[in-house]
Amino acid sequence: MNFEEHAAKSLILAPAGIPVPRGMLVASAAEAAKAAKEIGPCVVKAQVPTGKRGKAGGIKLAGTPAEAEQVAGKILGMTIGDYTVERLLIEEQAKIVREFYLAVLHDTGAKKPLILFSTEGGMDIEEVAAEKPDAIRRLLVDIDNVPRGRDIAALLKGLDLGAAEQQIAQIVDNLYRAFRTRDAELLEINPLALLGDGRVVALDCKFVLDDASTFRQPDLAPAGSPPAMTDLERRGAEAGLKLIQLDGNVGVLANGAGLTMTTMDVIRHFGGKPANFLEIGGEAYTKSEIALDLVLSNPGVKSLVINFCGAFARTDVMADGVVKAWHKLKPKVPVFFSIHGTGEVEAVKLVKEQLGIEPYDFMEDAVQAAVKAAQ
Amino acid sequence: MIVRKKDKVVVLGITGKQGTFWTEKMIAYGTNVVAGINPKRAGETHVGVPIFASTAEAAKAVGADVAVGFIPPPMAKDAAVSAAEAGVKLLVVLTEHIPAQDVMAMHAAAAKHGTRIVGPNTAGLVTPGECFVGIMPAFVPSVFKPGRVGVISRSGSLGTLICLNLTRAGIGQSAFIGIGGDPMLGTTTRDALEALDKDAGTDAVVIVGEIGGGMEEAAAEYARTMKKPMVAFIAGAAAPPGKKMGHAGAIVTGSTGSYAGKRKALEAAGVVVVDTPSQIATALAAGLGAAGRQRAVSQ
Repeated sequence: MNFEEHAAKSLILAPAGIPVPRGMLVASAAEAAKAAKEIGPCVVKAQVPTGKRGKAGGIKLAGTPAEAEQVAGKILGMTIGDYTVERLLIEEQAKIVREFYLAVLHDTGAKKPLILFSTEGGMDIEEVAAEKPDAIRRLLVDIDNVPRGRDIAALLKGLDLGAAEQQIAQIVDNLYRAFRTRDAELLEINPLALLGDGRVVALDCKFVLDDASTFRQPDLAPAGSPPAMTDLERRGAEAGLKLIQLDGNVGVLANGAGLTMTTMDVIRHFGGKPANFLEIGGEAYTKSEIALDLVLSNPGVKSLVINFCGAFARTDVMADGVVKAWHKLKPKVPVFFSIHGTGEVEAVKLVKEQLGIEPYDFMEDAVQAAVKAAQ
Repeated sequence: MIVRKKDKVVVLGITGKQGTFWTEKMIAYGTNVVAGINPKRAGETHVGVPIFASTAEAAKAVGADVAVGFIPPPMAKDAAVSAAEAGVKLLVVLTEHIPAQDVMAMHAAAAKHGTRIVGPNTAGLVTPGECFVGIMPAFVPSVFKPGRVGVISRSGSLGTLICLNLTRAGIGQSAFIGIGGDPMLGTTTRDALEALDKDAGTDAVVIVGEIGGGMEEAAAEYARTMKKPMVAFIAGAAAPPGKKMGHAGAIVTGSTGSYAGKRKALEAAGVVVVDTPSQIATALAAGLGAAGRQRAVSQ
């Protein structure tokens, strides 16, 4: 789950002892003016959980409260990425001498936390990686330990950091500890700035919480920004199901991520377009009743493929849920089944007897029929 | 990572609903389940299996080669670390949605104690006709039959479909290796490919991949050195970029993990990549040649 800058700074950086500029969160132009009066010359920053805010015109300087009010009025309501700007962070202006990049993230290849540091801060790090790969320093950390002082010293060595080096080393250490205790997937400060008065301050922060860790970060989850969702996707999420609405017309209900993706691929292979991704695999296999309701609620759906291949997920349980939902919903679009694996004998029998439908032997045939029916 | 009947299997979380259901299935199929773990019920027997307080105690009393866990995400790390410390050689981690930093700690413990982890988020391992460990429908005769083709899959449901297609075409399997859908796996596609390449009981290999990550590309590097015929299917050709397709590992970001990149890498290594699952059996039969076909079907 992504977090907006203000949440990352107040919930993660500040408690970890990492300096951040003085700032206030506001939701209207009038409040922006009031905040600017208190803070002085300021930066007005759109709060949306996505990158490239500056390029989109979502970050502007304001010298006076009147200017802050005017700029805020322009930024509020702006669309950046998938998001509409509803809140602004009004922050004191900083006199920047140098900009650095610092992040802790998962190195999935090494299966360890990775610290990245670069003196090329302020830029998009992907661009730095492409243009000046040597400008990014890396430190892999043993998950059972914290980075050792001498490793941090080596990370920062020879970069002409002067008096700032000590401060940065402390920030690296603090950021790593926050990454661990807060179950971050990514914790990034860009830029980490050396200011005219010699202080090193985090001017921006990106925090991504590991979705699998929300159960042990109960205070963080409500402060995060869920991904932009359609109403149907939100209904799926509320039912604990991963639903992605697509622009096609062949609905998909399958178990397991791999089988669901494959069903979408085969729809495409036969010239059709999938209307959704929705899987009821793993523990969710008992949710086929609500799942059928969800896929049929998609207004674009002209036909539906139900493709079950049971391993852990029992096809008899899934078929039972479908039959139950079927009697309530009475689907108006043609539905094509393919059922195999754990519980298949009972499942096929149920669909034949209760719905009067003969499942296809090959999923390709079920998909082909569904694609044809949708045309 | 090919499980055998002689391997002593310990089930972590044996007394839960799923632990009970699948342990009974494993035993009925021929898996040598020697112990179950539940600290609160040590000394009892469950589905005919003696229960111990810890993997270490089970290993000491009855031996433990393989451990498989039916453990909820919050407890998965501690269970895995204990199993590694107890010296199991192979640890099958079925649990999905384990916190990523816990997964790192599990891999660190495994590396320290010389344990191979399969998973997390794997459906397990099947040696058709012999035994299975995990949550695969090994016991459904339309899906699995003994033979000489090894199958590697990230996904349990899709792996099931692929084995079903092979069995229908009369092609049996030497081993099914479910490697799991997580981004940080203990056993990669390449590791599994290497094991099947070295396995005397395997004549050909099917790779069932998915978009996301770089495992298929890394496996392609190894595939270049292989003589056994290989066929692959990669799921996710129709998946929109930037969206996680259920598996945490199945996401395309920029050019990393794209369908086109994986297909290209595998084809360049001499692997036949097919468009739909049912094409695998035909492609495999062609790759095996007349003698191999005879051998595959006659098993």
